[in-house]
This record gives sequence, C-alpha cells and structure tokens, in this order.
Amino acid sequence: MLTIGHYLFLSLALFIIGVIGVITRRNVIVVLMSIELILNAVNINLVAFSRLYGDVAGQVFALFIIADAAAEAAVGLGIIIAFFRNRETVLADEMDLLKW
Amino acid sequence: MQPASQATLEFLKLYWAPLLCGLAVVAVLPLIAGYVVLVERKIMADMQARLGPMRVGPHGLLQPIADAVKLLIKEDVIPDSADKLVFWLAPVLSVGAALLSLAGLAIGPAFQIAQDINIGILFVVGISAMGIFGIVLGGWASNSHYSLMGALRSSAQLVSYETAAGMALVSGLLFAGTLNIKSIVEAQREQGMWFVILAPVAFFTYLVASIAETNRAPFDLPEAESELVAGYMTEFSGFRWSLYFLAEYTNMIVVASVATTLFLGGWLRPFASVRWLDFLDFVPPLLMIAVGAYCVLRVPKQPSRMQQWFMLAVAGLCIALALVLAMPVIAPVLKASLREAAKPFFAGIHGGFWFLLKVSAYIYLFMWLRFTLPRYRFDQLMRLGWHFLIPLSIINVLLVGVAMIAGAYFHLHGWWLLLATTPAALVALVAALLILAAEKQSETRPDRAVPSDFYAG
Amino acid sequence: MLDKVIFYFFAGIAVGGAVLTVTRRNAVHSAIFLITSLLATAGIFLQLRAEFLFIVQIILYVGGIMVLFVFVIMLVNLDVAVRQIQFARQKWVALVIALALAAQVGLMLWSSAKMPGQGLPVLTAAPANQLPLNSEEVAKSLFDSYLLPFEIASVLLLVAMIGAVVMAKKRT
Repeated sequence: MLTIGHYLFLSLALFIIGVIGVITRRNVIVVLMSIELILNAVNINLVAFSRLYGDVAGQVFALFIIADAAAEAAVGLGIIIAFFRNRETVLADEMDLLKW
Repeated sequence: MQPASQATLEFLKLYWAPLLCGLAVVAVLPLIAGYVVLVERKIMADMQARLGPMRVGPHGLLQPIADAVKLLIKEDVIPDSADKLVFWLAPVLSVGAALLSLAGLAIGPAFQIAQDINIGILFVVGISAMGIFGIVLGGWASNSHYSLMGALRSSAQLVSYETAAGMALVSGLLFAGTLNIKSIVEAQREQGMWFVILAPVAFFTYLVASIAETNRAPFDLPEAESELVAGYMTEFSGFRWSLYFLAEYTNMIVVASVATTLFLGGWLRPFASVRWLDFLDFVPPLLMIAVGAYCVLRVPKQPSRMQQWFMLAVAGLCIALALVLAMPVIAPVLKASLREAAKPFFAGIHGGFWFLLKVSAYIYLFMWLRFTLPRYRFDQLMRLGWHFLIPLSIINVLLVGVAMIAGAYFHLHGWWLLLATTPAALVALVAALLILAAEKQSETRPDRAVPSDFYAG
Repeated sequence: MLDKVIFYFFAGIAVGGAVLTVTRRNAVHSAIFLITSLLATAGIFLQLRAEFLFIVQIILYVGGIMVLFVFVIMLVNLDVAVRQIQFARQKWVALVIALALAAQVGLMLWSSAKMPGQGLPVLTAAPANQLPLNSEEVAKSLFDSYLLPFEIASVLLLVAMIGAVVMAKKRT
C-alpha cells in the first residue's frame, strides 16, 4: 500500500539534496539547478496531498510554482550572463565585488 | 508468487496490447522513414525533370535498403576530445523523443498505442519538443565550433517556432474543447466541417511553424550542406547520423499527424456528417483501382521483362488493397453474423486510409516547399518567427475566442459558425498584412553600425 | 503491487539524478542529470493522476527551463571553472547541518507513521474512468477560484521577461 509517507519521504530526500547543492557548490549555475530541485520537491509534496484529499488546488499551486520557477531561472541566468561578461567567472567565491 | 514477478505479470496483463503495438511501430518505422526518403528523392527528381534513383532494384525501390546497409557498416568515428557519454546520448534522445510522441497519435479510430490520454495532443507536442536536447547536446558533445554554432542556431529556431505552433494549436483547440485526440476528431464530425475552414489562419501559422520545427527547407539553415558543414550533425557518422535522420523524418510524420488530427479532420472523409454524400465512402477503393489500372496501362512501356512483371505485381497489390477497402462499404450485404464479427476490423480501415492520405498530402506539401523555395538566412528566420508568426498567432487566438463567444451568444451551430469565424479570419489577415508592412518599413531604414553578434536573432 | 514498483522506479531515478546533479564537475553533465530527475518527477506526477501537471512539467520545466540552462552553460565559457575546486570551504559544516535537518523532518514523518490509530493516510486507488477529467478540473479551477493568481502569474512572467532581456542585453 502506498501511503502519503512514501511521497513525503521522496520529497524530503529531493529537498535535502537540493539544499546541500545550494550551500555546498561553488558554481552558481549548479546552485541555480539545485534551487530547481528544491522547487521540484515542493511540487511533489503538493501534488501528493492534492491526490490524498481529491482537491485540485494542490495541482494548481504546483502549476504556479512551475511558472514562478521559469521566471526565476530566466532572471537568474540573465544575472549570471551579465556578471560573467564583467568578471569572467561563475564561481560564487570569486564574486566578491562588495567585500571591503 | 514473488512480488517482482507478480508485478510484472500484472503489468503485462494490463499493457500487453500497447507494448506490442509500440514494439511493432518502433521496429517498422526505420523502414518507413527510409521509404519516405526514397519518395522525397523521387519527388525531387520529378520536380527537377529527371528520374531519381532507378538502379538499385526496380525503379530504385531497394535504394533505402542499400542506404541502410551502407550506413550500418560505416566506421564509427568519435572525435578525440568529444564527451563520450553525451556523444552517445544525443542521437538517442532525438530518436527517443520522436518515437515516443508517436505513441499518442491515433491513426484512424482503431489504432492508437496510448489509448484515451486526457492530454492527448499536448502529450504529442510536448514529448516531440524534447528532441531539442538531442540537437543541443549533440552539437556541444562534438567539441567543434561548427557543431556548437549549428546546434545553438537550430535549437534557437526550434524554441522560437514552438511558441507560434503552440498558439496555433490553441486556436484550433478552442473549437475542439478538449485535448483528447479522438474527441477532437469527433468534435470535427459534430461540427460538420474540418477546423481548417473555421480557423484557416491558425492552420497557415501551424504549417509554417511546423516546417521550421522539423528543420525543413526553407528553414534548414542549421543543417544545410553548404552552411556550417552540416551543423550539429557534422561529427556524427554512420549509424549515429542515421538516428538523427530517422528522428527528423519521424518528427515530420508526427507534425503532419498533429495537423491532420486538429485541422484536417483526422480520419473523417470529406463531409463526414452529410448523409447524402455517403457515396464518397466508395472513393478509397475506386482510387486504388484507378492506381492499379494506371500501373497496368504502363506495363507495356517498361524497358525490361522483369520491370513489366514488377509493374503487374504493383497493380495486383493496388487491386488487393482496393478489395480490402471495399469490404466495409459492401458489408451491409453480407451475412449479419459475419458483419458483427468483423465490425471492429472494419472500423479502422477507411479511417486509416483517409488519415494516411491527408498525412501524405501534408508531407508532399513539405517536400514541394523544399524544392521550390530558397533558404532563409538565420536572422531572417528569427525575425519571421518572433516579429511575424508569434504576434499573428496570439492575435488569432484572441480573435478566435471572440468569434466563439459571438457564436455561443447567437447560438450558431454547424455551418452557421462560419458567420462568426470568417470575420475573425479576415481581421487576422489584415493584422498579418499590417505587421508585414511595418516590417518592410523598418527594413528600409538604414541600420546603425552594430557589432555582429553570432547568436543574433 | 504494480504501483509500488512504479513508485520506487521513478523515485530511485529522481533521487539518483538529484545526487548526480549536485556532485558532477561538468555543468552540462549536471544539467543532463537534472533533466532525468525532472522527467522522473513527471512520472511521479503521472502516477498521482495529475496528468496535466505531468505534461506541463515536461513542456515547461524540461523543454523550457532546462533548455535555457543548457544554452547559458554553453554561452558561458566553463573551461576554467571545470578545473577548479567544485565544493566550497564550508562543505563539511553545511553537510552536517543539512543532514541534521533531514534527520529532524524524517524522524517527524517516521513517528507519525508509527502513531497508533492515526498513522499516515493511504492513497485510495479509485478506478481511473470514474475520476473527473484532470485537464478540465485544473482549467475550471484556474479560471474560477484562482483567477487572480493566474493574472498575477502572467504579470510576473512579463516582468521576468523584461528583466531577463535587460540583464542579458549587451551595452552598446
């Protein structure tokens, strides 16, 4: 029998892997990809509960999260391209223009 | 029973039919794609006043087999600094996406591999859009400038025209009211006319966008022989190249099938809901008999004895097909029990014939355009997509929506709906001409000196 | 039984793809593994009877966002970055904190499964042809109860489009 717990554990696993990616990697493009993993994990959570309660609101919310992720990825990648043009680096440690 | 084998048995019991059909299609499709290539070469030859492949087999009919053997025995060359994993993966992604999207299509009312998907047409379009990765990763994995630029150009083109194609499909779907493929065709039967008459601008937009989606001329800059060597396919030789080729022709078939389903009435004969035109049901067998008769007439003109026998064999095949097609129409005079047993068999035959006829007509149009029009330059291509097709398709969605609301308000059904949609189409046409005029005006203004950007567009 | 096998299949691919995404040196490899993870998640959506979300995930997330990622990775020259150290200096502390968070939430889920009388609810297996059509339900909901978020989302996308164009434009 598949319980809601199966999907919650899957969502937790993906979330934690995404968090590890965000706080550990130096390459900002991989950091952005890990953020997409986090959003994905949240989507699985929402859709699992939507199936449990038969309410389609969870799926609609997940749809908005996907639209939001697209917007955020576009702007984030635009920022990376703009920064790369100036500083020739994509490593987070080397983006220290504001350091005193 | 062990859980693993129990699960497998359960799976097989539920899904044995789609699995078998899917395997059959995947096995047969490379052969079909090869023969589509032969047909294209013959049509190209016909339009260029020559004969095309004639040597290998009678009238060149074994040419695809010879080509396949040649490609399979070629040496597999992998560039030294190429990324091996991605180099292997890229053609597989292209072919996989193209073949998977075939699963959602319904060839006739009886043949559909993935039955009754709620999101039918969106499934086909979405999965075939995944083929972009095969192109981008293939170009990147080759580790060569020409490949990378060709890949980026090709995928930029595909992404741009995907939006226009999607919006055009939305215009057609507004009339269908559902995404399910069989329901779309049923909606066209209820409406009494194909959606191309209700939404001609959408069909035109989808036609142009689908030519660009499949990288066919006049939008084939990324893979033309005289540009960028061969674009993203440069470093792929032998079997890998044939996989890309197979993906391209399968994409063509998929795109033609989507257009046929949504705009050209799917498997319905012309005027499917008009009872007094039921004699049109005799057209398929009569057509095949006509083709067979033509083959028989050409027999004396063949140069050699073997080719004469071959023509007679082709004529016999056409007559046999005509007999098969004639069975559903003469079924009412058969015994009642025989009729009942053969009903599911008959349901699909004529539908399949009409569907394949329309798909072939669409693909013939593709080939005709390829051999007639010169190639678009890349910036012209991108300008056409973004400045013309996308605004036109969005305006069209708006206008079709307004037409549908007007139709619902005045209770227009069937052919009366044309009263609402024709003005919408005319306004869209005027909008298109205005956009084109604005583009022409902006072209004649002298450009400032702009540094050239390779990824422009 | 069959749905358990399907779930573990997709879940395994999703988690495996995620782990590989976060650990690869080459950004394009990371992108490819993220694509497999997202496709596996789409499979999970399909298993949860969310058909519209399945195809939206494939069209938008995989066919849109990931294509954008791959484009940017190719435009940005990563030859230098590939040879650098990939993990930041704080990696061990970060790992410990993340695993502590995982243990905390995991323990909460596990104990709620073991609670007598309540436990975690079971997903009922309703026959597919008695469920309402998924696309129609989502569409009704979007244009009925959630119309305002729908309009705000379109404004958000417009703003993001303008922002991305402005950010990535070359200063002439």
